[in-house]
Amino acid sequence: MDPSGAVVISGIDKKLSLKQRVADMLPDGGNLNLCLTCGSCSSGCPASGIGDMDPRKFLRMALLGMEEAIAASPWVWFCSMCQRCLHACPMKINIPQLVFYGRQQVPREKRPKGILASCDLALKHDTCSAMGASEEDFRFVVEDVLAEVRETQPEFKEMQAPIDKREAILFVNQNSREPVTEPDEMVPLWKILHRAGADWTYGSKGWAGENYCMFIADEQNWERIVRTKARAVDDLGCQVWLNTE
Amino acid sequence: MDSIFNYYAKWIRNGDLKVSADWNKDLKLKFTLHDPCQTVRKSYGDPIAEEMRYVLKKVVGEENFVEMHPNRSNNYCCGGGGGSLQSGFVSERREYGKLKMEQIQATGATYCVAPCHNCHSQIHDLSEHYKTGVHTVHLWTLICLSLGCLGENERTYLGPELKEVGL
Ligand code: SF4
Ligand code: SF4
Repeated sequence: MDPSGAVVISGIDKKLSLKQRVADMLPDGGNLNLCLTCGSCSSGCPASGIGDMDPRKFLRMALLGMEEAIAASPWVWFCSMCQRCLHACPMKINIPQLVFYGRQQVPREKRPKGILASCDLALKHDTCSAMGASEEDFRFVVEDVLAEVRETQPEFKEMQAPIDKREAILFVNQNSREPVTEPDEMVPLWKILHRAGADWTYGSKGWAGENYCMFIADEQNWERIVRTKARAVDDLGCQVWLNTE
Repeated sequence: MDSIFNYYAKWIRNGDLKVSADWNKDLKLKFTLHDPCQTVRKSYGDPIAEEMRYVLKKVVGEENFVEMHPNRSNNYCCGGGGGSLQSGFVSERREYGKLKMEQIQATGATYCVAPCHNCHSQIHDLSEHYKTGVHTVHLWTLICLSLGCLGENERTYLGPELKEVGL
């Protein structure tokens, strides 16, 4: 996955306080005067006001060292780290990154169970599926759905949905929800690739598009998942890692 | 590393995908587009937003595309990102998404194209929760519809007026 700019992961010391982090982040050693208090961040933030918090307030509380008050609020989980505030901020202050650090301040086992489970499940197999689908599960559902389409839709009787095709140009990923909960939704994608004459493949390893370890703010496992996926693309000798969402 | 949206656009431009918006000529169904934060603001920027619009206009007809505001890199997040769909804070997630829902409703469109899985799930949920009657669709569904090859079982997210079109 693209590290998405906001989530810079190099050399972070987990013990740092939010205050220290925000000071490091702000130019000039955390001079709050650099924040113009213009409110551009908050006015365009859909999470403003939820749980009586907004991005500007969050930034200020962090800088003032109000660690406990921040820890008492679940707002870091309401913010979607969408970066709209960063986009709007004249000083380019990276509030979503601060939110990411805020999530890290929460002990791992106390972070929201749903996101945590999605991260942990993705670590179970090299598929990186946050729904825990294995290599075999994926192959079974793809082959099953393909066979049905080839049989019932004659114009697609030659269609392929290759898995582990070496040296294919495109390595296509897929959100787990399709193979696991709505497999028919994979078919339009295959049809487009088929009609376009694309040279593509899924990988039995690394096919899953999602990575919840990033959202649970588990950098180590986030990186592990990205590396597993990248290795799957390289091992098959594919040229392009193609995101389908 | 690339996004399939760039490829959709390329394939339509070079004629590999022969899409047509004729199916919507008389129906005149209106479509708006949600720019996923992850794809647009956080990864590829406005150029990919243009490619998505190019594709969408080709498949639904230029006159049937309605822009939401703000858009592209400035778009509001739907509220499904950052793990929100998994975090268990359901009412907060829906409160977050209210802005998105209003933004969609202001376009008057019957369909919102959400070309990212998280966004699709969130906008679909918002639509049901706030009872807006707006359908949430993937881009691949519409491309196949415009290629005349969308199968019967591939129409889960289409409204009744499109259940039979091109079958
Ligand atoms: S990244 Fe968080 S704080 Fe910033 S605009 Fe998005 S939801 Fe609001
Ligand atoms: S947009 Fe930037 S400068 Fe303006 S209040 Fe927010 S953080 Fe401060």
